[in-house]
Amino acid sequence: MKNSVPKIATRADLDRVRDAARSAPDKDVREKILVCTGGGCMAAGAKAIKTALTGELKKQGLEKEVALVETGCLGPCVVGPVLVMSKERVFYQGVAPADAAEIVQEHIVKGRIIERLAWKEGPHKTPLPLQAEIPFFKRQTKIVLRNCGVIDPNSIDDYIGHDGYQAVAQALFSMTPETVIEEMKKSGLRGRGGAGFPTHLKWAMARKSPGEVKYILCNADEGDPGAFMDRSVLEGDPHAVIEGMLIGGYAIGAHQGYVYVRAEYPLAVERLQRAIEAASERGLLGENILGSGFNFALEIRKGSGAFVCGEETALMASIEGNRGEPRPRPPYPALKGLWRRPTVLNNVETFANVPFIIARGGAAYSALGTERSKGSKVFALAGAITISGLVEVPVGTPLEDLIYEIGGGIKGGRNFKAAQIGGPSGGCIPREHIAVPLDYESLNALGAIMGSGGLVVMDESACMVDVARFFMEFVQEESCGKCVPCREGTKRMLDILNKICAGDGCPEDLALLQELGGQIKAASLCGLGQTAPNPVLSTMRHFRDEYEAHIVHKRCPAGVCAALLVYSITDACTGCGACKRACPSAAIAGSAKVKHIIDPALCIRCGACFKACKFGAVLKA
Amino acid sequence: MNPHGKTENALPEVLTGNSEAEFITSIIAPYRDMPGALIPLLQAVQQKFGYLSDNALRSVSDGLGLPLAKVFGVVTFYSFFSRVPRGKFLIRVCLGTACYVLGAADVLDCLQKELEIGVGQTTSDGIFTLDVGRCFGACGLAPVIMINDTVHQQVRPSQVPKILAGYRKSLLSALENGQ
Ligand SMILES: Cc1cc2nc3c(=O)[nH]c(=O)nc-3n(C[C@H](O)[C@H](O)[C@H](O)COP(=O)(O)O)c2cc1C
Ligand code: SF4
Ligand code: SF4
Ligand code: FES
Ligand code: FES
Repeated sequence: MKNSVPKIATRADLDRVRDAARSAPDKDVREKILVCTGGGCMAAGAKAIKTALTGELKKQGLEKEVALVETGCLGPCVVGPVLVMSKERVFYQGVAPADAAEIVQEHIVKGRIIERLAWKEGPHKTPLPLQAEIPFFKRQTKIVLRNCGVIDPNSIDDYIGHDGYQAVAQALFSMTPETVIEEMKKSGLRGRGGAGFPTHLKWAMARKSPGEVKYILCNADEGDPGAFMDRSVLEGDPHAVIEGMLIGGYAIGAHQGYVYVRAEYPLAVERLQRAIEAASERGLLGENILGSGFNFALEIRKGSGAFVCGEETALMASIEGNRGEPRPRPPYPALKGLWRRPTVLNNVETFANVPFIIARGGAAYSALGTERSKGSKVFALAGAITISGLVEVPVGTPLEDLIYEIGGGIKGGRNFKAAQIGGPSGGCIPREHIAVPLDYESLNALGAIMGSGGLVVMDESACMVDVARFFMEFVQEESCGKCVPCREGTKRMLDILNKICAGDGCPEDLALLQELGGQIKAASLCGLGQTAPNPVLSTMRHFRDEYEAHIVHKRCPAGVCAALLVYSITDACTGCGACKRACPSAAIAGSAKVKHIIDPALCIRCGACFKACKFGAVLKA
Repeated sequence: MNPHGKTENALPEVLTGNSEAEFITSIIAPYRDMPGALIPLLQAVQQKFGYLSDNALRSVSDGLGLPLAKVFGVVTFYSFFSRVPRGKFLIRVCLGTACYVLGAADVLDCLQKELEIGVGQTTSDGIFTLDVGRCFGACGLAPVIMINDTVHQQVRPSQVPKILAGYRKSLLSALENGQ
C-alpha cells in the first residue's frame, strides 16, 4: 500500500489532495472521536482507551460510522486522558477504558451527554460539556497550537486537509525569498527559544551571507525544565515544523535542515521521523518540491543529555559530532555556523508560527500582542496550578489571567506565591507583580525573562531560597566547564546557598551573592553562564525577607529547608504513638493516649514523625 | 538500518554471541558517509547493548577513522552515554522544576530505599538502574519518572513498590516466553 501513495508533484496536486482529505471523512462517518495522544495523555493511558473504544464500536457495529482519530495535546493534560466528540465538540476528561461502553451507548447511540466525564468548572463543579463553553479553552488564541488536538499528527493527508503545505506552496510560487523575509518582518515574530531575537533579521543576515551551502536548524532541545511546548508541537503537529523549516530554507537559500531533538522525547522523535518520511514519500521534501525547482532535505539529530547543547553554537558543535561546547561569537552563525557555513537556528515554536504568517500575512500575526512583542505565545503551566497543561494566548496577556482565568487558580485553593518563568535563565515573579503583562519587555523589567514560556507556579509551600539553590545546582551541573566564571562562580554561589539553607548563612552572604552574580554574568562566554545567576538575583530582589529569615532568624518560613525546621506536637495528638515509633532518634516521649512531646535537643529534623502522624498533630515551622 | 531509526521501546539486549565489533561492522556503512556520524553511531550502539564498552568505543573509532581520544571525549561529555552496563530497566526520576516543587525528592528517596541502590547504580540482579533526569516534558503531570521510554505520571512514593513489581513481572513473563 505504501508504494502506491501518489506523489504531490505540483501545486494543483496539493490542492487536489487537500480537497479530497476535506471531503473524505464526512461521507459515511457521523461522529469522529478525537483521542488525545499527547505525551501527557499517553502517560495516563490514552492507548488503552483507544483500544477499548475500538472494541466497543465493533461490538455495536459502528466502526464504519464512527471514526477514531489520535490527536496531539488538547491542553489540559492534568485531567487526561481526554477526548473530544468532534461533531458538537463535546469534551470528556479523566476517561478510563471502562468508560468506552458508556461513551458509545450513551453519547453515540442515544445522543446523551455524559455529565460525569464533563469538565467541572468553579466551586460548584458545574459540568461544562461543550469545549466552547470552557473558560480554559475560551480565553486562548491558537496559532502555534492550531492543529494540536484537531488533526492526526501521523496523517500527512489530515495536515494537508487543514491547509497544510499551502504556505510553502505560496512562498515557492508567489513570493521571492526577499518577500518572504519582508512578510516575517511585518509579522514582528521574535524567536521563541529564549532570547527573543527578531526572526526576520536572522533570516535576512543568512540570506545575504555569501556561500552556496547554507543550513537551517530547528532547536528542539527544550532544556528548560518546566517547558513542554516544543515537545507537544512536535508530537501534535510535526508537519507544521517541517513546513516552517521549508519556508525558512527557501528564504535563506538552504537545502538541508536538521532538527536537534533532545533524547528525553522519544515520542516526539518518532512522530517527527514519521512525518519526515511521509513528506519525503509524497515529494514535499526532497528534490524539486511541487515542481518549483527548490530542493530541501531534512534530518533528525538526537541530543544526548547536555543542557548546554540548547545554546546555538554548542548545538552546532554537537551536530558536527563534537563535545557540545559553546564557542565565542562573532563569527555569528548567520555567517559561519554549522560546518562553518551560513546557518539559521530557530526554535520549534518559532517555526510552527511561520506557515500561519505566510498564509495569512504578517499583519494578521502582528495584530496580536503588544507594541513591541507581537503575536501569540505558548505557555506551559505546571506546579501548584489547578489546570496544568499547555495554553496559547496573545503576547502581553497578564500573568494573573493565565493563572486564574485559564489555569483555574492555585491548587487546593491555596495562595499564589510566585511564578518561575524562563527556567534556569529566568526569574520569579512575586505576588505584587501578578498583573504583569507577559511580554519580553515587562518580564525583563522584573528580572525575569520570557524564555521558552515554561511557567512553574508556586504556592506558599515553596521556599524561594531553596528554589534559587535548586537552579544554581542545575546550572552548576550543566555548565560545560569551559570558562572559569561559569564553572567556579556557580559553584561558589551554590556553596553559599547551601550554607544559607543549612542555617549557617551570615549577613555578608547576600552582598557576596550579588557580587558574584554580577561577575558571572559579565564574564561568561555563553548564555548559560551569562544568565545563570538570574534565579538567585531575582529571588533576592523580590523575596529578600525570606533570605533574611534564613540568615538572621535561622528560620525557613515555608517549612522546606530541613535544617531550619522546628518540629512540635499540638493538642491534636491522640497519643497513638505513631510518631514515636517512626522517630529514628528517640526524640519523642509520651505514653499511650497521652499527648506526646518532642525533645528539640535530640531531634535530628528528619521529618519522619510529620509523615507518620495521621492526625496532623505534628507541626513543622 | 536507518541511522535515525525509530526509538524502540524494547529492552536493551543482553550481550549476545554477537560482539560489539560485529554489530558495528554490520551497521557502519551509512554512517561513513554521514557528516557528524559519531554521535548517532554511539547512540545506535548504546541502544543495542545498553552501554558503551571500551571494545565498542574502539570499534567505533576504527569504523569511522576517528582518534580514540576524540571518541572518549565525546562519550564523557554527554550524560546519556554510559560506559558501564546498566539494568534492563533504566529508571529516571525527573528533578526538573515542576517535579521538584511537587515532591520528586521524596519519590527518589523511596526508590533508593526500595531498590537499595543510589543514583547511578544498578541492582545486583541487573534489573534496575536508577538515575535522575532534568525534565521529560511531562511537567503538567509532575512528579514523573521515566522507565526506559515509558513515562509514569503523578507518582506518589506509596505507588513505587507496585510500579517496580509490574516491571519485575513483565520481565518474568518475557523470560517464560523464551525471549
Ligand atoms: C544554555 C542555553 C540553553 C538553551 N536552550 C534552548 C533550548 O532548549 N531551546 C531553544 O529553542 N533555545 C535554547 N536556547 C536559545 C538558543 O541558543 C537560540 O537562541 C534559539 O534556539 C534561537 O531560536 P529562536 O530565535 O527561534 O528563539 C538556549 C540558550 C542557552 C544559552
Ligand atoms: S558560560 Fe558556562 S556553559 Fe557557557 S561556555 Fe562558559 S563554561 Fe560553558
Ligand atoms: S523530626 Fe525526626 S528526629 Fe525529630 S522528632 Fe520527628 S521523627 Fe524524631
Ligand atoms: S497530552 Fe492530552 S491534554 Fe495534553
Ligand atoms: S519538570 Fe519534571 S517533567 Fe518537566
